[in-house]
Amino acid sequence: MIGSSIGLNHFLIFSGTLFCIGLFGALAKRNVIAILMGLEVMLNSVNINLVAFSRYVTTEILTGQVFAIFVVAVAAAEVAVGLALIVAIYRSRMSVNVDDFDWLKW
Amino acid sequence: MFWIVAIFTLGSALLMVMNKNIFHSALYMVLTFIGVAGVYVMLNADFMAAVQILVYAGAIAIFLVFGIMLTQRGNMKQTNLFSAHVAVAGLVSLAMIVINGFMVLNTNWPVSTAEPPSNTVSLIADLMLTKYVVPFEVAAILLLVALLGAVIIAKEVKKTS
Repeated sequence: MIGSSIGLNHFLIFSGTLFCIGLFGALAKRNVIAILMGLEVMLNSVNINLVAFSRYVTTEILTGQVFAIFVVAVAAAEVAVGLALIVAIYRSRMSVNVDDFDWLKW
Repeated sequence: MFWIVAIFTLGSALLMVMNKNIFHSALYMVLTFIGVAGVYVMLNADFMAAVQILVYAGAIAIFLVFGIMLTQRGNMKQTNLFSAHVAVAGLVSLAMIVINGFMVLNTNWPVSTAEPPSNTVSLIADLMLTKYVVPFEVAAILLLVALLGAVIIAKEVKKTS
């Protein structure tokens, strides 16, 4: 299924590029939900890294995949709490623009 | 095969970031997650691919669409604009891509040549319920706490207080 020339380097560069796309989304967007989406993509690329190392470096020991599953669980918890916060903030400010969230400035 | 999946995933991730409509962004995010599941299949991690489809393309995508539907109103076409520091963010991201590629290509990775195990589910279960049983329980408690916390945070606040 996978070409013989594809190795660990390809997966690492791929996941790094995906991480940077997510980082760009998280840094450059104005909508809080778009920032959460960027965070999800970043966590996904970290998971690809973990699974790629568990496939190519410690092939018989699947610790990397176990850690990737823990990352998925933490990401699910994070997106649940994050969206609850967004809904609560939207109720008082009527906005999802991060530039409007300025309680901590004066 | 790798190149098709990689270009599909990176392309839909880029479209997700660049789209001006937040709902289209969410749909492209689902495509990105499905592409990542394809990458897991290529890495012989079939259980991770199933988890990816179930949790990310299923649960988290529904969560985010819920959030979009609860918080957007009016014109959907202008809901996902760039903020003022888009140039700095793009510069930082491009620099990160270049640095990452340089460091990956210049490191001597200790690659093993063994065949990957064909049945990963039982191996993952063995690890999770013996060596990593404490983190497993902590993750369960974390999910419970996050569930309760999300309900309490999102609950209607009484006006009298």
